[in-house]
Amino acid sequence: MFNLRLDEVSLGYGKRTVLHNISLEARPGEMLGIIGPNGSGKSTLIRGITRLISPSSGQIFLDGQNIASMSHSDLARLVAVVPQNPVLPGLFTAFEVVLMGRTPHLGFLKYEGKRDLAIVQRAMEATQTAAFAERRIGELSGGERQRLTIARALAQEPKIILLDEPTAHLDINYQIETLDIARQLCLEQKLIVVATLHDLNLAAQYCDRLVMLCDGKIHCHGVPAAVINTQTVKEVYGAEVYVYPHPINGLPATLIASRKDTSKPNARAM
Amino acid sequence: MALELLRDTAIPKTAAVYPLQWRSRVYAIVGLVSLLGVVIAATLAIGSTHIPLATLGNILLAKLPFIGVESTWASSMETIIFDIRLPRLLLAGLVGASLAVAGATYQGLFRNPLADPYLIGVAQGAALGAVTGFLLPASWQAASIPLLAFAGALLAVAVVYSIARVGKTLPMTTLILAGVALGAFLAAITSYLMIASGDKLHGIISWLLGTFSLTSWWQVTMVIPYISLGIVVIWLHARPLNVMQLDEEQAQQLGINVERVKLILLGAATLITAAAVCFCGIIGFVGIIIPHAVRLIWGPDHRFLLPLSTLAGASFLILADTVARTMLAPTEIPVGVITAFLGAPFFLYLLRQKKRAIF
Repeated sequence: MFNLRLDEVSLGYGKRTVLHNISLEARPGEMLGIIGPNGSGKSTLIRGITRLISPSSGQIFLDGQNIASMSHSDLARLVAVVPQNPVLPGLFTAFEVVLMGRTPHLGFLKYEGKRDLAIVQRAMEATQTAAFAERRIGELSGGERQRLTIARALAQEPKIILLDEPTAHLDINYQIETLDIARQLCLEQKLIVVATLHDLNLAAQYCDRLVMLCDGKIHCHGVPAAVINTQTVKEVYGAEVYVYPHPINGLPATLIASRKDTSKPNARAM
Repeated sequence: MALELLRDTAIPKTAAVYPLQWRSRVYAIVGLVSLLGVVIAATLAIGSTHIPLATLGNILLAKLPFIGVESTWASSMETIIFDIRLPRLLLAGLVGASLAVAGATYQGLFRNPLADPYLIGVAQGAALGAVTGFLLPASWQAASIPLLAFAGALLAVAVVYSIARVGKTLPMTTLILAGVALGAFLAAITSYLMIASGDKLHGIISWLLGTFSLTSWWQVTMVIPYISLGIVVIWLHARPLNVMQLDEEQAQQLGINVERVKLILLGAATLITAAAVCFCGIIGFVGIIIPHAVRLIWGPDHRFLLPLSTLAGASFLILADTVARTMLAPTEIPVGVITAFLGAPFFLYLLRQKKRAIF
């Protein structure tokens, strides 16, 4: 079975190592969440898997093949990224941007064929972006652009989709919608989905397994209930929280508890 | 996505619209090719010796094999057409095409609408080379000015490139800053040499403004290989350039070898710009206005933007040069004055027409 495997990987920039000896594995149909405080190395992990930076030690394998030995387009046929806050060219239409997802499948001088156009159309329908296919990027909202980059990732026909903070700038409705789409794709098409997430509640609700990073190391990993609890969140984030089982599905839900005295008589009375 | 899902699906609506966009752009290419033909014919006819179009047609036909056309025209007309006007308009066309394509390439590479072919030191390098040539003994000038200008342009960009390079990558912001700084340094030397040049100042200034007044065939044959090679290489990289309108990380994650594409495109654009400026000087404005005008009318897809800019740039500079040599004949106006004078109002008109974002 196709898999993603990191074997004792250390990643960093220049002399500074951000991630130390990370080992993990993900399988198709599985949604893996990477959580951890700012600067813990979540985005660096994604940059490593797409070979924007090379490991200073250790190897990353896709289906048993070391990614260091793959060409850029070989890698892009297997791994697609939905970046955080992507730069998108304002004059291109939404359709043209999703069509760019076909790049790794096209030869140097090959133009897009009917099959490519149909794949793009499918990807746009799956992400509910087909309605504005003809509009220019400059006219779209943040949520629409985010879905468009997911459509582009789908058009790559990858085996793995990496989501880098997919919900960071979205309102709560779009957060749910985006992760619903990701989860559905993961299950229906047997993709490996790896998402870095800030929001512990979203991470617990949507991911099958979580990896909690702290200072560039894996603090703990496993099913959400094993990873997110009052103790680990305090240790890793240094935050006062209260974690309790979600009333509907029993998954860990995190409530914040401010360190300041927040007794507000008026608020409480309401 | 699995293929079975797609098999029974007819080509959906948006996918069906996409080829229509293509059709209008193919019409545009045909239209601009015809425009270029008309401009060339008109330009051959217009000048201090007016040649009627019918005569022009006959003279051109007579040059073709197997067509017998009886010679009813003065042989001086043939000389004017083939030895004076034709090389001049060919060089103007080649230079216009180069500057427009190089401008479009730089704007795409830097993702910056203000980029022009001279952004990273080509112009200042060429100017310093040319001015050095002017200071040499008169008998050397004809050969040394273009050679030194060409070398100066390439050398300046090579220095900027090696300064800006960090390890295996080339950060574009550093490249622009290094280009601007080195350009200022070279311009300072050039200005000093100009002040010190005495009676050669007039020749230097008219070179710096750009002129085709001394064009003959050998110049055309010298630049054709560099310019055609460079333009073809750039055309072939149109799709990678499209993808690079995303940021560099996304382009790489879509399978583009970003550092290699940058290197190839910078090299090709620099080569054609150097070839363009070495004989006729620093002609401004073509490289910035033509790509923007094309983008405004036909959109940002480089697979069309680049060939359309090539054609439009060639037509535009041939026209501008025709105005430059006929308006105050026998005095020649530097063509750079005409490109700005004709081009700026047209561009401002386009800007007013399309009020949406232009880049």
